Amino acid sequence: MDALLNAVLTPVQQLLGPLLFTVVWTLVKIVLILAPLMLSVAYLTFWERKVIGWMQVRIGPNRVGPWGLLQPIADGVKLFLKEILLPAVADKKLFLLAPVLSIAPALAAWAVIPFSEGWVLANIDAGVLYLLAVSSFGVYGVIIAGWASNSKYPFFGAMRASAQMISYEISMGLALITVLMVSNSLNLTDIVKAQSTGRFVSYGLDFMSWNWLPLLPMFGVYLISGVAETNRAPFDVVEGESEIVAGHMVEYSGMSFAMFFLAEYANMILIAAMVSIFFLGGWLSPFGLLPDGFHWLAGKMAFVLFLFLWFRATFPRYRYDQIMRLGWKVFVPLSLAWILVVGVWMMSPLTIWK
Amino acid sequence: MLNNFVMPDLYPAAPEIFLLCMSFLVLFVDLIFGATHRGLAALLTVVTLLGCAAITIVTADGHTALTFSNMFVDDLLADFLKLVTYLAVIVVLVYSRQYLADRGLDRGEFYLLVLYATLGMMVMISAANFVTIYLGLELLSLSLYALVAIDRNASRATEAAMKYFVLGAMASGLLLYGMSMIYGATGSLEIGGVAQAMHHGQSDKTILVFGLVFLVAGVAFKLGLVPFHMWIPDVYHGAPTAVTLLIGSAPKLAAFAMTLRLLVYGLFGLADDWQKMLLLMAVLSIGLGNLAAIAQTNIKRMLAYSTISHMGFMILGLMSGVVGGVVDPFTAVNAYSSALYYTVAYVLMSLGAFGMVLLLSRAGYEAENLDDFRGLNQRSPWFAAVMLVIMFSMAGIPFFVGFFAKFAVLLAAIKAGYTVVAVVAVMFSLVGAFYYLRVVKLMYFDAPVDSAPITAPMDMRILLSINGVAVAAFGLFPDALMSLCTTTLLRSL
Amino acid sequence: MELKTILFYLFAVIMVFAALRVVTARNPVHAVLFLVLAFFNAAGLWMLLQAEFLSIMLVMVYVGAVMVLFLFVVMMLDINIEQMRKGFWTHLPLGAGVGLLMVAEMAVVLSGRYFGLQNFPPQNLPANHSNTKELARVMFTDYVYPFELASVILLVAVIAAVMLTQRTRKDTKGMHPNDQIAVKRNDRLRIVRMVSEPPEVQAVDAKAEEKS
Repeated sequence: MDALLNAVLTPVQQLLGPLLFTVVWTLVKIVLILAPLMLSVAYLTFWERKVIGWMQVRIGPNRVGPWGLLQPIADGVKLFLKEILLPAVADKKLFLLAPVLSIAPALAAWAVIPFSEGWVLANIDAGVLYLLAVSSFGVYGVIIAGWASNSKYPFFGAMRASAQMISYEISMGLALITVLMVSNSLNLTDIVKAQSTGRFVSYGLDFMSWNWLPLLPMFGVYLISGVAETNRAPFDVVEGESEIVAGHMVEYSGMSFAMFFLAEYANMILIAAMVSIFFLGGWLSPFGLLPDGFHWLAGKMAFVLFLFLWFRATFPRYRYDQIMRLGWKVFVPLSLAWILVVGVWMMSPLTIWK
Repeated sequence: MLNNFVMPDLYPAAPEIFLLCMSFLVLFVDLIFGATHRGLAALLTVVTLLGCAAITIVTADGHTALTFSNMFVDDLLADFLKLVTYLAVIVVLVYSRQYLADRGLDRGEFYLLVLYATLGMMVMISAANFVTIYLGLELLSLSLYALVAIDRNASRATEAAMKYFVLGAMASGLLLYGMSMIYGATGSLEIGGVAQAMHHGQSDKTILVFGLVFLVAGVAFKLGLVPFHMWIPDVYHGAPTAVTLLIGSAPKLAAFAMTLRLLVYGLFGLADDWQKMLLLMAVLSIGLGNLAAIAQTNIKRMLAYSTISHMGFMILGLMSGVVGGVVDPFTAVNAYSSALYYTVAYVLMSLGAFGMVLLLSRAGYEAENLDDFRGLNQRSPWFAAVMLVIMFSMAGIPFFVGFFAKFAVLLAAIKAGYTVVAVVAVMFSLVGAFYYLRVVKLMYFDAPVDSAPITAPMDMRILLSINGVAVAAFGLFPDALMSLCTTTLLRSL
Repeated sequence: MELKTILFYLFAVIMVFAALRVVTARNPVHAVLFLVLAFFNAAGLWMLLQAEFLSIMLVMVYVGAVMVLFLFVVMMLDINIEQMRKGFWTHLPLGAGVGLLMVAEMAVVLSGRYFGLQNFPPQNLPANHSNTKELARVMFTDYVYPFELASVILLVAVIAAVMLTQRTRKDTKGMHPNDQIAVKRNDRLRIVRMVSEPPEVQAVDAKAEEKS
């Protein structure tokens, strides 16, 4: 595989020169990551409608194409053809900038996600910090959208979003600290590799050595905070239809609305990837007998994404003060306490991380 | 990964660590029992300070110990200043208990912030590095800003807190700027390292003096020396009296330690330069403080201006250590110990004076005007006598502790060749005697305007009496405290 | 020109532009957003200096948290920008003077004559050099005491903020989820044991009605 790749790349490199080649090759890699991602987003919306349909004993979309498979394409075409409305009193520049600011971090974060051993765009040492920094930037899209719309519902949505996203970022960050402590690295590849050692690995039960088991409470905190961070049900007060219509997206239409939509689903997939990498062993196979590979990561992400949909179909929406209480009074103290527990555990003779 | 890491020696910092751990205990105890057992936080705070005192006494072995990669120093001076600080804070807590309870301010946060302010002072006293000096100062100041504003319904207190915060932040900025300049010139943040670098003379003098100006300005701000004194009257006046009592007492010890460590331990090579700056500020402070105090009708404001003049005296002692650029160890120790003696004596008197203001206050009534002291002799001859002793001592009338403090400082100044300055200082303190004696006149020769009985609790009465007796007793036996100060400094320099 | 140099000037130009716009923007929200842009570019510059930890922290702390709260406040306020801009031109000389002074000072510092900067030549570190790890190592060993002190200062800030802002009003209708969750059946429901109504009473009533 590598030899084949080199055979193709070497002449191109000679043709373009080193600087231009780096730029072009990086761009190619970006496309290779983003194109499947966009496709996944499209089919995630389809899958969501299907799953929720089945859970509610309905059929879900089944008209367009075989089993409704062309539905997301049709939706995309429809959104493309719709007019982008600009409210008369909106702040025009920011109104158009907001969807871009919302989707850019959701895509930029993928730069450091390792899909398999060595399959990563930028294998930087402070990968986790980069992820935290980029995801903390996502809230701007929502706030600016809410403010630039110059309308009441969007503004409420923006206020709620900024408070909620900042609150849950804290517990997510704290939960991650325990992961960093046990894996002794900020590099995502190393974090995955650190999960491939342990007593259970020698029994062939690799999945018992992944972080989710020893850090079980933090796995829960991270997963739930991830749901809240992406403003998904049951924490979707930011855009809860029955409360504030669509929150910050009320005034948006056509493709500008679709950008928010894409950002939300891209963020969901990102959170799923992060959960899989930090707690579920990334591309590692669950049993020692089976080979590792990207398909395991994909499977784990699909499972986490299914959880997102499952939550949406089962839980009623939280009240706003309850969301804040859960974040600040339950998750933050719990994660702080667990950092202490893990620290003591690592220093004690009972440690399982050496 | 950490193969060259040595666990720092925690033994010298034991009091600080104990205080920090106990503050967490107070935090949790207040969280759980705060609503039902109101006095628990106060009790625990006093216990904490007593525990710190015990630890400090046990661990004081007279040796100078450096720890935390030379950022923390534990010498006899630090131990002595810390002990006086604990004592002062305990006295503050006892004096202010009833006052706070009457105004609904005796919440756990008050005691916590007092504890953290104490920690800040301890850090400053034991600092051997610019970074720790700055952090200790910020810890102390931040706690004090919040304490000044603790009574949220009093707009005057809020205004005072705002002024204190803005000016204090600016002073910290000046201090930090000066520190960064000196760091740039000497390449060291350690006080010992700075002194060494200057001794070897590799650093640029221009930059050093430039940094020194900012450093001295920042220190003067914190001490409240003219021309950086603007915040003192407003904050003393605006803050709840209990907080004024705290601000006016223990932090002066920490400020003394900070000045000594920065200027004498660190920048001794520039003594010629800072001497001139301090001289000017000392004379201005003594002059302006005493003159402005005459015009005051509010006793808290009057005491604020008197603080300015007292700090001027203290600085006068501190700058007399070097004579014309020549260092004579005997003169130096004499001068620094006179300044230390002055600081301790001032804290003692200030505690008593503000304690009297607290004594006369009661629920719904602030006894903060001079008129409230009218005819105190008829209401309570004993406490009128205590106030008399304190006022006489502050005025520098023999034979109270304040007299010997002034005497020691002036002697040091004369020895250093500042005879004219000493004469000017004496003249102004004669002017100052006027307003102190006015209080005595009001107490003994005027009829009371307010005849309500004094309702202070017994512990406060006893402690305030001891305070007054101590002011008199240290005046009768001045050598005891003086020789303690000299020994302390001799073994720490 | 190297790619690094191009990037440096790109970041620097955008940063200076953004900083100027922070001061000159007519809309406070725009000003805050330009400040965010300036921070972002500063982070980029730090990244070029191989200080990746500081760079990412700048984005995380300032852009991700501080500025969001700042924006939150600015959006809520009704700032009369015309009022604020009054006297812009009269204060400009002073402000510009201070700015120029700072530039001059920085020039003195960076020229290296006074501060011995020439003793610290730029280090060419290998690409896998982790300055996050280096910082952590220094922070938790040599500087552990200031680090702990800084955390105590933050704790004081938290206590002070809570003390100064939290007030329990009597008329709030807020709910207490703790109490709601802790509710037991016995708090809400009282089962009263009582004899069921005897049928003959009804019969007597019926007779009484017939009579009237």
